[in-house]
Amino acid sequence: MNLNELSILSLYSAMAVYALAFIAFSVDLAKRSAAVSSAEATTAPGVAGESSAAGAVAGGTTTLTRISARIANDAATPYGRSSSLRIGVSLTVLAWGLHLVAAVLRGIAADRVPWANMYEFAMTGTLLIVTVFLIVLTRTDLRFLGTFVTGLILILLGIAAVQFYVEVAPLPPALQSVWLVIHVFVASLGTGFFALGFALSFVQLLQFRREERVDTAKPGRLKFLKTLPSAATLENLAYRTNIIGFILWTFTLMAGSIWAERAWGRYWGWDTKEVWTFIIWVIYAGYIHARATRGWRGSRSAWLAIIGFAAVMFNFGIVNVFFKGLHAYSGL
Amino acid sequence: MSRPSDHIDSQPAPAGDGITQPKLGFVGTLRWFWRQLTSMRTALFLLLLLAIAAVPGSLVPQRSSDPNGVTQYFTDNPDLAPVLDKIQAFDVYSSAWFSSIYLLLFISLIGCVIPRTKHHLQALRAKPPKTPARLARLAGFTTRTAPAGTDAAAAVASARTLLKQGRYRVALFDSPREFSVSAERGYMRETGNLVFHSALVGLLVVVGFGSGFGFSGQRVLVEGQTFVNTLLAYDSFNPGRFFNDTGLDPYKLTLDDFQVSYETQNLDAFGQPLDFSALVSVTPRGGDAQAGKVRVNDPLRTGGTSIYLLGNGYAPTITVRDPQGTVVFTDSVPFLPQDANLTSLGVVKVPDGLAEQVGLLGFFYPTQAETTTGSYFSSFPDLTYPVLTLNVYAGDLGLDEGVPTSVYNLNTDHMEPLATRTSDIKPLELKPGETQELPNGLGSVTFENATPDAAEGDYSESVPRFASFDIHHDPTQGWVLLFAVLVLGGLLTSLFVPRRRLWVKAIEQADGSVRLEYAGLARGEDPALESAVAALADRHTTLLERSNPAPKTADPA
Ligand code: HEM
Repeated sequence: MNLNELSILSLYSAMAVYALAFIAFSVDLAKRSAAVSSAEATTAPGVAGESSAAGAVAGGTTTLTRISARIANDAATPYGRSSSLRIGVSLTVLAWGLHLVAAVLRGIAADRVPWANMYEFAMTGTLLIVTVFLIVLTRTDLRFLGTFVTGLILILLGIAAVQFYVEVAPLPPALQSVWLVIHVFVASLGTGFFALGFALSFVQLLQFRREERVDTAKPGRLKFLKTLPSAATLENLAYRTNIIGFILWTFTLMAGSIWAERAWGRYWGWDTKEVWTFIIWVIYAGYIHARATRGWRGSRSAWLAIIGFAAVMFNFGIVNVFFKGLHAYSGL
Repeated sequence: MSRPSDHIDSQPAPAGDGITQPKLGFVGTLRWFWRQLTSMRTALFLLLLLAIAAVPGSLVPQRSSDPNGVTQYFTDNPDLAPVLDKIQAFDVYSSAWFSSIYLLLFISLIGCVIPRTKHHLQALRAKPPKTPARLARLAGFTTRTAPAGTDAAAAVASARTLLKQGRYRVALFDSPREFSVSAERGYMRETGNLVFHSALVGLLVVVGFGSGFGFSGQRVLVEGQTFVNTLLAYDSFNPGRFFNDTGLDPYKLTLDDFQVSYETQNLDAFGQPLDFSALVSVTPRGGDAQAGKVRVNDPLRTGGTSIYLLGNGYAPTITVRDPQGTVVFTDSVPFLPQDANLTSLGVVKVPDGLAEQVGLLGFFYPTQAETTTGSYFSSFPDLTYPVLTLNVYAGDLGLDEGVPTSVYNLNTDHMEPLATRTSDIKPLELKPGETQELPNGLGSVTFENATPDAAEGDYSESVPRFASFDIHHDPTQGWVLLFAVLVLGGLLTSLFVPRRRLWVKAIEQADGSVRLEYAGLARGEDPALESAVAALADRHTTLLERSNPAPKTADPA
């Protein structure tokens, strides 16, 4: 078995373990819902009580965002330790290790950085998404995003393995540049932060709808939301994640321009890939502005973060493969 | 802060503003319009509009980046293309509508940045604002009791020192029984934001004007050929609007050797290029030749220009003789590569010297192979088994009509096919060094071998190569980089430097003790504010205890 075959084996193992982690995280969400139901049963029929409590939380957090943005776990229903959550994280770490081995082996087999075609870029990009997730976990409890992160990774790796796989090939002259290393790596890292920001904004929207419903005393279906931080806290977390992504993206844009100058003799030429990188940058600039615009903080700005990430995925999955341009990159 | 009135941290406009406003008048209308244009909402709207407006340019080929694609699009969609062309869909990024969006955005930006800059310059010189009467409503509010014997004024003075050490700007305030220090830091946040936005303007200006002063030109050189950097020597030349050709530095560029290497070990990537290097010598005016190298991703900078390697291919040397053996044509003709294995297409035109005008349409296969149907293709891009086939036409080349014709195109409308795949005589087929008779006794044609002395069967250097170079001059590139760096620096500063106010108040209580109050206020995103207040309170009380080693009376409040 050569190194590339080992890399593939390792990657498939990683996918299997991610799948197990996904199951564990899903079980945890189900448990959360159950915990919320039983908490409701003990305090029943006090729907009104919950409503006022949630109202207080919402009221409290608006001042919280104004004055200070402490990250508090201000969940409506506190949720204690959960074995499935711990198993989910452990499995994710294990899968991440296998994933890392897969990327490193591929790099050694190809004798260069493992991100020079779509397959490798998907492999390394998803690795970075998980890396960002795990690092953020050491600082903030975002384990409730486990289902999303492992689910996204499984989908992307699945597509990469089935649709994008190419054999190891040497770098064509057009890609022989330090800027490949820098530009593409930073872009993937930025994508990792955007992915997390997307998930947070998405949960924020769900949470916001739940909080609204609580105010009108209508029960919602996604019970586990009650064990998650409030919409305002989620928004702050999403913002912080997205601005890091934005800075990395700004750097990607600039590094790309420097590379374009060296490779094609002009730093900017509205090539399709450049266009989409620009569009993404502008959308996220809009998101940051929206957060500072009265009437736009909250759900509206969250939608922009979601659109932004959709554009990132589009840029990677569709533009690379189907649009014509100078970035003859996919290796397909 | 002099931010737009709909900024989240601005006071909402007083009720009634804009509703009960009577007539605005001309100036009033202008002012109203200006306020709308420079509001956060407009900026946001224009940003999103800009993102949307950029999309079509990625769906439809653009003249600036893909002119052939546009031509093709017109051929494929003869009905739709002219309509799209009317709305400038093939020139999106220089179109009237795209330009007006970004120009409006930048006007809005300037209108937004100027008042903020003024205000910020004042804020930089101003003292921190007066301590609020009640700190209890503010973030991280905490109280301590000063060690017994502490003097309220002295306590505040020591807090002031502490804050100054933390790079806060400080101001003291006192009323009969209350002493306080007001501190502010993080002015760099606003500075960064202003630098960011101003640098965007700078970027737009240099990008907009910069291209006007430069030029780009293309030139094909066959191995051994020399080019002098003058206007006429270019195959094509695109000057900027303000470009003046007296600025061209007439250096000489010779292509000495073009080196290639292709993958031969890895069967999954067999024939894939590994390296292209153009070995050149550059002779500055009045100087000596210097060796240089141009590679993909690695331009050569000389004489105020940057030289890029754009493409390469084969330039078979072809000689045509009349029936008496007199040379009527000889040249290395660049053939355009058609596929990854460098099947190449080229044209030779012989207008004079033969009984008729003759045109040769040639296909060159660096490593010739044959399909089952008998047509040729190239199976490897390097010279393993080079074969040249020539279709021969005779008649009118169409050169005399004064219409410029491309050297890569043979117009056979007024020519008779003498040797083609469909005529009686099949196309001529030559290996390097071979000669064949032209049909109808017109003469002969030779495919010259560049290395006639090479070993039998070694064709590796038998055909010269050409390289096409892109030569650019852009005097504003350095400025672009400078503004880009400012953009990034401003962004980092404005997103990561916390701007905050802190207050420490010492209040003399009726019982003679001193109560200390601490609180803060974030100005923008500041996740660490509360811990900063707590840390200040802790450090301050420790400091006070150390200077007042009184018996333990601290209230654990
Ligand atoms: C070319 C268009 C623009 C882009 C790309 C852009 C981008 C950005 C970005 C990335 C930020 C966050 C980083 C920072 O604070 O420095 C920001 C903040 C800001 N921008 Fe812009 N901007 C643009 C135009 C404008 C305009 C026209 C205005 C005025 C209406 C404006 C007002 C602001 C304000 C007030 C902030 C601070 C937001 C806050 O308090 O968090 N910007 N802008």
